[in-house]
Amino acid sequence: MSVNNRLDARFAELRAANQAGFISFTVAGDPDYETSLKLLQALPAAGVDVIELGMPFTDPMADGAAIQAADLRALAGGMTLVKTLQMVREFRALNTTTPIVLMGYYNPIYSYGAEKFARDAAQAGVDGLIIVDLPPEEDEEFRPAAQKAGMYVIRLTTPTTNEKRLPAVLSNSGGFLYYVSITGITGAATASEQQVQNAIARLKQHSKLPVAVGFGIKDAAGAQTVARHADAVVVGSAIVQTVERNLNCRHELVTNVCTYVQTLSTAVHDARKKAAA
Amino acid sequence: MNKTALNTNASRPNSFKTGPDERGHFGLFGGRFVAETLMPLILEVEKAYNAAKADPSFQQELDYYMEHYAGRPSPLYFAKRLTEHLNGAKIYFKRDELNHTGSHKINNCMGQILLARRMGKKRIIAETGAGQHGVATATVAALFDLPCTVYMGAVDIERQKPNVFRMKLLGATVVPVKSGSHTLKDAMNEALRDWVTNVEDTFYIIGTAAGPHPYPAMVRDFQSVIGKELRGQMMKAESRLPDSLVACIGGGSNAIGLFYEFLDEPTVKMYGVEAGGHGIETGKHAASLNGGRPGVLHGNRTYLLQDADGQILEGDSISAGLDYPGIGPEHSYLFDTKRVNYVSATDNEALAAFQLCCKMEGIIPALEPAHALAYVTKLAPTLPKDHLMVMNLCGRGDKDIFNVAEKLGVTL
Repeated sequence: MSVNNRLDARFAELRAANQAGFISFTVAGDPDYETSLKLLQALPAAGVDVIELGMPFTDPMADGAAIQAADLRALAGGMTLVKTLQMVREFRALNTTTPIVLMGYYNPIYSYGAEKFARDAAQAGVDGLIIVDLPPEEDEEFRPAAQKAGMYVIRLTTPTTNEKRLPAVLSNSGGFLYYVSITGITGAATASEQQVQNAIARLKQHSKLPVAVGFGIKDAAGAQTVARHADAVVVGSAIVQTVERNLNCRHELVTNVCTYVQTLSTAVHDARKKAAA
Repeated sequence: MNKTALNTNASRPNSFKTGPDERGHFGLFGGRFVAETLMPLILEVEKAYNAAKADPSFQQELDYYMEHYAGRPSPLYFAKRLTEHLNGAKIYFKRDELNHTGSHKINNCMGQILLARRMGKKRIIAETGAGQHGVATATVAALFDLPCTVYMGAVDIERQKPNVFRMKLLGATVVPVKSGSHTLKDAMNEALRDWVTNVEDTFYIIGTAAGPHPYPAMVRDFQSVIGKELRGQMMKAESRLPDSLVACIGGGSNAIGLFYEFLDEPTVKMYGVEAGGHGIETGKHAASLNGGRPGVLHGNRTYLLQDADGQILEGDSISAGLDYPGIGPEHSYLFDTKRVNYVSATDNEALAAFQLCCKMEGIIPALEPAHALAYVTKLAPTLPKDHLMVMNLCGRGDKDIFNVAEKLGVTL
């Protein structure tokens, strides 16, 4: 495991400030390379603590319609895995502190060459990886190479990940735990505050890792509710939909999306102060 | 079995029937490449299936419905006129198109719905391409009074209208899938999304021998009734095993059902016929083995049609049932170990075979087995007259007549 991973540093800062972190999800290359890079570069100033960057795939089975559409927009614009790594490199040239987590599906990585990808991604400045369809049972061909290169493998846990299965999911995972708060796909239903609170308590019994909660968090109010309990909150579909709404005014897209992201990050950062007040 | 001969090739295992291993792998292929949201569900299916397999009452119940409801065993028919016409191998058809619902799909659907009932599931979902699997699923769901939702690509709904109406008559809800490319792979994505959203009460009946473990093995087991029947029927007809087996391949469920019984019979040659579309060389085809490379999609590692970046490509075939960018993982294994010969037939070759079968044998085949027949018409004339060839006539062609009419320039 890396001792210098940006994720560790960032979660330590958040803990010291008694703040929940805000994780934004956008798709690399949506709607085009240039706009997507500009958006990426602007996210930290809009209060994003950790950047989750989607690697577009034609068949994102765990995602809802909004993110699949974003993937297809990016691919239609010529996005590839090689270009996604290039985008991370360009981001890192100007920002050395904001952690980047790549999220995607295994086939493009397998096609690229799993070990080569691990080396190239780490070299580009990636801190963690969420590979949705590479469960612990199948990840031996990739995870050791990723860890050796200094990146964390971040696993999803769900309401259906039972006590028996949890140790397998937690072993070899690092950076943070990504708790999928609903049974379903991204951008679907929303879990109740009580359900989220109970789930986090359960995970904390098994792991010292920070817990980030995602799937089904649709607005600032929902993000603030979750931020009272979670170490970090992930919003994806709602941001991606904001990108979609601004497709016809690309020169304003970055500003408009960041204005929205700022409302989310502020809500998350203020959650505990408000709860205490 | 001649083990010495087999051992001369180091890559050949002693048995081709040992797979999958406990984690669902057929050599490099298969496995469980699914999101954590799905993992508990497929582990539950695996556990339930293993228990059902070990319970003789499960097989008895399945046998009962297969005989009295689906109409098994399907006949083994000597295609005399076709044999004379091709003037070579002696050609038999395994008549799985005579099953209830008109294809081999019922074999698998019956097995899976009986499992769903054992598990206490209250709702059935399925994906479908040509609609044959959707119709078979809707049929068994009606039989057992379970609500059924079938996901079908919007493009496929347009080209398979009769089957869409059949499913509706049978009480199923048909959901047009308008994500991605609006075809079978997208229908499978949507069905998986439904499943992870409705984890408690829903059973997903996958239509082909693909997907995450245990589906490839389970579907193969349910379909392997085809080969088991054939062994007895051929012994009765000819007092020996067949020399060659021919089946079309989309996901590959009818083919694995025909082949599996004979995988360790070294004298039995096997041919899987992929959809060559406009020709493999044109890039417009659905031949995952002959025109793809290994990758990971829909829960398993297998040969896939994909671009240089690992993005999934669309299949292209006159047959909606073969139009899938992947293939069952066991076929990938049998391809790499060279146990089965995988070949292809183009749209035009399948169309010609379709018409030949109508005129020679009075059987309107589905466009899927018309691909297998196209290869039979090439292979049979090169073989001696005592060569016993069996083709799986896995579906009837009623659903295809509108499509064929259009291709032939006929207005109905």
